[in-house]
Amino acid sequence: MQTKADSHWVSYPRFLARALWSATDGGVTFYAWMTGLTAIALVGAHAWATQVAQGMALTGMSDHVSWGLYIANFTFVVGLAAGGVMMVIPAYLYRDHDMHDVVIVGELLAIAALIMALLFVVVDLGRPDRFWHLIPLIGRFHWPISMLTWDVVVLNGYLLINLHICGYLVYMRYLGRTPDPRWYVPFVMISIAWAISVHTVTAFLYGGLGGRPFWNTALLAPRFLASAFVTGPAFLVLLLQIVRRVTTFRVPESPIRTLIAVMRVTVLVNLFMVFAEVFTAFYTGGAHATAARYLYFGMHGATGLVPWIWSAVALNLFGAVVLLVPALTRRTALLDVALVGIFVGVWIEKGMGLIIPGFIPSTLHEIVEYVPSLIEWRVTAGIWALGLMVLTIALKVALPWMQTAPAHSHDG
Amino acid sequence: MSESQDFVSRRTMLKTAGATLGAAAFARALAPVAEVVEELGAEEFLQKHYREMTPAELEVVLRRIEADALENYGAEVHVRDVRPREGVQFGYALNLSVCIGCRRCADACHRENNHDRRTNQSYIRVLEMQQGSFDMEHGDATYDHAVPQPGKYYMPVQCQQCDNPPCVDVCPVEATWKERDGIVVVDYDWCIGCRYCEAACPYHARRFNWEAPEIPAEEVNPDQAYLSNRIRPQGVMEKCTFCLHRTREGRLPACLEACPTGARVFGNLLDPSSEIRWVLANKRVFVLKEELGTRPRFFYFFDE
Repeated sequence: MQTKADSHWVSYPRFLARALWSATDGGVTFYAWMTGLTAIALVGAHAWATQVAQGMALTGMSDHVSWGLYIANFTFVVGLAAGGVMMVIPAYLYRDHDMHDVVIVGELLAIAALIMALLFVVVDLGRPDRFWHLIPLIGRFHWPISMLTWDVVVLNGYLLINLHICGYLVYMRYLGRTPDPRWYVPFVMISIAWAISVHTVTAFLYGGLGGRPFWNTALLAPRFLASAFVTGPAFLVLLLQIVRRVTTFRVPESPIRTLIAVMRVTVLVNLFMVFAEVFTAFYTGGAHATAARYLYFGMHGATGLVPWIWSAVALNLFGAVVLLVPALTRRTALLDVALVGIFVGVWIEKGMGLIIPGFIPSTLHEIVEYVPSLIEWRVTAGIWALGLMVLTIALKVALPWMQTAPAHSHDG
Repeated sequence: MSESQDFVSRRTMLKTAGATLGAAAFARALAPVAEVVEELGAEEFLQKHYREMTPAELEVVLRRIEADALENYGAEVHVRDVRPREGVQFGYALNLSVCIGCRRCADACHRENNHDRRTNQSYIRVLEMQQGSFDMEHGDATYDHAVPQPGKYYMPVQCQQCDNPPCVDVCPVEATWKERDGIVVVDYDWCIGCRYCEAACPYHARRFNWEAPEIPAEEVNPDQAYLSNRIRPQGVMEKCTFCLHRTREGRLPACLEACPTGARVFGNLLDPSSEIRWVLANKRVFVLKEELGTRPRFFYFFDE
């Protein structure tokens, strides 16, 4: 027992060094991919640094529209992180063996998406140097009253849970041992409930504001979850196909089929909820419908979001049709196009299409439009590039070791 | 064997070179932040929350703010810490029958509170409203013509100093709170600039410093307080404080003094002989967006 405990002090650093080595080792395509992402991330870092130095006047935001592209992306990637759970549930609750072999891909996606979510919050701060005011005990953590403090807790908690699960499983593979279910199955179960809470809290962040009728609806949290369970699986299906092509990792067909089966339901639930909100707004009309009217049809000549939202509607409908007709789903190229379409569609609907109309018209019913500035696009692209770097590295380190596992030995 | 060792060491060398290059590029990209960090002293970085500072610590901070104003704006200012008085609960009322929409209140606020000159910022926004309607959607806050216009009335809106303020609830770091005399304040040196309070406010009463305010030295109002009109740093939230540096010392808010028609009434709600109490007792009074449950301390009334 003693020697076993001691050995971790030696083997864990060795494991980290090995991981660092394999994370930075690859072929020409890998280096080209990582170099490209690094370049975009650096452009984003510089844009953010400029914004910190010169002030947020460099963004397109104003006192009327005080959140923009950053918070729109934040909302979306939190959903992406929560959507990863759609692999965990079949794998662990329904004991789907094929899903079990690839479930780590969903967990790694959650890690990358959470890092992006935290970064999107940081770049939105006017005073990032004061981030420590937000650290419990050191700063003044306004818990449990402020929903933002709840969000800090659930996002960081979800990140730690997923880091633990993935880190533990990969480390055990590295040691050539069978993972002890006691050390990860309870955390997997917690992560399922936690994924739901992560996106619920994010919805409450907006839904709790009485002064913003567009957000102040009980349907917001269910809508968030439905759309998360659309984008998560969409991204994972695309990702699994890429993993299958560019690595030697064995990706069975059935997890992909399971994820598509999940999407067949969630894509309809999501569309139905959007429709239910549109109905309530427009059938009633009056002051309640002003934000929706601005979003879908424009108002007093201000039409900034109209092309965005109708593209989102079209992409979502197209994706739904492809998913619901089995003959179309079997055509891989068409399926992939539909998945990309759905991903982009929800990104618009849940990003710009949700955050911006919350501010237009403003609380004094003024119409001031918002257009993201070049700085905001650069920072946003930089964070997405960094997220893809994290995901690439995580997959690159984890997958080869996960593959060496004896099949199904880690069944919980 | 030796060949593969060579290969490994060449790889290691290339990786080290790549990492060095990457780190250098990263440092270069973040260079603008380094400059900001240099300007930001350790003292300012580690400054405590207003309500946690001892009088001695606060004294140091007040002198530093004065020195900063001199260095950055070339203005000699005096910054005080003005505390609430016992037995005082502030309230504000506005007579919509006599307001003519001249916006002198907004202008006085702009000058009194050291607002940014370029954006012509003010805590007060005046809506030109259609007579016979209370629909703000048909109001206009950006009118640019002679006032008053026939068929219109005017509704100035500023912080309502709510008794149930949503902005205070949502702040994740307690950088904003309600004082004992009913004024909602911000510690500008504690705010992290997330703008959640601005999203939560139903009255468009909060203003963000999207960049450092620009004010010519000779226009800076030197009579300042920590929680009210001192020049705000870049990247933080600010709001109307009922001019607490004046009102807590028995003077009137700048917007009231500037009003040419006497539409504005300010005073102590606990004083039965105050004018504000007379208005609340004798006029038909209402508050904005009462249905939201924010319980404003800013009241509107008509003569008839």
